[in-house]
Amino acid sequence: MGLLKELKKGVLISLWFVFLTFPVMVIKVDPIARTVVWRWANALYMAVGTFFIYFLVQFFLRKKENRKETNDSKEQTLSFIHRILQDRLQRNILIGVVAVVAVFFPQFLSAYQTNVMTTALMYVVLGLGLNIVVGLAGLLDLGFVAFYAVGAYTYALLNLHFGLGFWAVLPIGGLIAATFGILLGFPVLRLRGDYLAIVTLGFGEIIRLILENWGQFSKGPSGISNISRPGFFGIEFSLQSSIIYTYYLMVLLVLVTIFVVNRLQDSRLGRAWIALREDEIACQAMGIDKRKTKLVAFSLGAFWAGIMGVMFAAKTTFVNPASFTFLESAIILSIVVLGGMGSIVGVLFGALILILMPEYLRALSQYRMLAFGAILVCMMVFRPQGLISNIRRTYTFKKKTTSSLCR
Amino acid sequence: MTTQPILDVSGLTMDFGGIRALNTLDLDVNNGEIVALIGPNGAGKTTFFNCITGIYTPTAGDIWLTPPGGGKKISLNGLKPNQVTEKGLARTFQNIRLFSKMTVLENVMIGRHCRTKAFIFGAIFRNKATLQEEQGILETSYAILEKVGLANYADEFAENLPYGAQRRLEIARALATEPLLLLLDEPAAGMNPQETIGLEHLIKQISREGQAILLIEHDMKLVMSLSDRIFVMDYGKKIAQGTPLEIRENPAVIKAYLGEEVDA
Repeated sequence: MGLLKELKKGVLISLWFVFLTFPVMVIKVDPIARTVVWRWANALYMAVGTFFIYFLVQFFLRKKENRKETNDSKEQTLSFIHRILQDRLQRNILIGVVAVVAVFFPQFLSAYQTNVMTTALMYVVLGLGLNIVVGLAGLLDLGFVAFYAVGAYTYALLNLHFGLGFWAVLPIGGLIAATFGILLGFPVLRLRGDYLAIVTLGFGEIIRLILENWGQFSKGPSGISNISRPGFFGIEFSLQSSIIYTYYLMVLLVLVTIFVVNRLQDSRLGRAWIALREDEIACQAMGIDKRKTKLVAFSLGAFWAGIMGVMFAAKTTFVNPASFTFLESAIILSIVVLGGMGSIVGVLFGALILILMPEYLRALSQYRMLAFGAILVCMMVFRPQGLISNIRRTYTFKKKTTSSLCR
Repeated sequence: MTTQPILDVSGLTMDFGGIRALNTLDLDVNNGEIVALIGPNGAGKTTFFNCITGIYTPTAGDIWLTPPGGGKKISLNGLKPNQVTEKGLARTFQNIRLFSKMTVLENVMIGRHCRTKAFIFGAIFRNKATLQEEQGILETSYAILEKVGLANYADEFAENLPYGAQRRLEIARALATEPLLLLLDEPAAGMNPQETIGLEHLIKQISREGQAILLIEHDMKLVMSLSDRIFVMDYGKKIAQGTPLEIRENPAVIKAYLGEEVDA
């Protein structure tokens, strides 16, 4: 009974889609020969394709519902990664494997692979930075790339005009980006949700347009080239070893970022961010300064983006405004959403998946945006908490003993 | 009582456009007292709470807070909600506003926020002062949870608690800010009789420890048994004040609010 009904519905839906796509898929007007070509085969493909996709979606939704029914107990089913992370031994083994892979990666793989991995690691840090703003403090920021651009141009300009090196500019870039974070933060303190997203989107575009059009300052669309690569106490590297050096530098930066973000998350400040995300009014009524907390979130998020901007400029030795389009913001946001908002491990995986996949599936690069969209829609439907959702810290408390951390 | 009242509100007025939600309201709470604010729906009770806690900015009037034991008078006019809480006025909400995705313990720990000060550098470097502070937060929060009877829920997410426990948690969270005066906005709303009795015990216990409480409540039985004094509002105005006994027999109150059910 149910199956027949489903079949009928599937047929109707596929017919409807054939009808909708009819003008695009079936009719083709040849303006030169002045003829109309009817591509009926396309209609058939459309119908069959829609029919199957419909059933696939139905199948997964059904499965999800079943799962919900079977375990409505308090204990949520832990994902595979969570289970590993909770067991001390398994966790240490995992960390060990990751460490070994990270250390020997450039030894066994080509410079190209190393370069790709370095890029992916940069997005890990960017994701972790945005994670502070979006995942923890709950402020939807669509202009995150602006801070990335600020960092990159800080290094590019300081290097061009004053010859400052990578290490000197690294903190400066971060701090200037953080200042921009506060500058953006002030006007948007009262905004939430959609309105905040629109303003941040605008901010991102403003920065890019300024860089594009203020030629005297930023050299416009042609960008700034010949930026110095990161140095090591004045030692100059060959291109090959510079790539490897940059890779190790990036691994180090990722580790530092994870350490710092993890500590921030488990602090008084981190709790305040999460409270802010949960309920702004209650948060204020409990004595948390909303302004200060939001501004700190914005500036700390921007700080990491600025650092990565410096890194980016040093790695590619060339910056131009085309590297800082809205698409970048969207990718970084996708990393956070895909990985799991507020989850450090999630962001790590999200960045690796979203950056490495397109690199290794170059053949399908035309469909990249399509796939992005599809992945995000599927995530929202099937797993809104992200691939690896965050486990909150639990405090085990015994009188007069220190709290221990169970993750 | 000859000492200064903890909370002294005089001439509080709040206009929303052409509507006067509060009309020159005077109210005071003494140290250690339980004072109830009652009135029919829409009388302006919650507006009053929102005004004194800084969520609304009142059109006119003064709000003074005096720490007991000869402290200096503090004006709460024009302060932001978080500043008001810092000065010593903590509240609960009529419609529960917990941080639902945080654990019960963390909810209470948020209440300690304004009494602690670790910031970015403390968080990153975890120096000795920060660690001690965190430990202090944890101990105090846990002690408060034990007091309100939620200690065995400590690691549960707040949203998973039963309704009555969520109400208690709101009170615990407010207590964690070490308030001079605790404001409870309809703490018994939606509770079953058993839960209400539990709440009554809890409020009495908190009061016995010297905590001054101002409460809005519709449950007359609860109000009459708890309160030292009662203020009655209607249409934004104070129509009566006095002990429960006086209020019970006040004709204005009977007319405006209690109606025929006064001896039920």
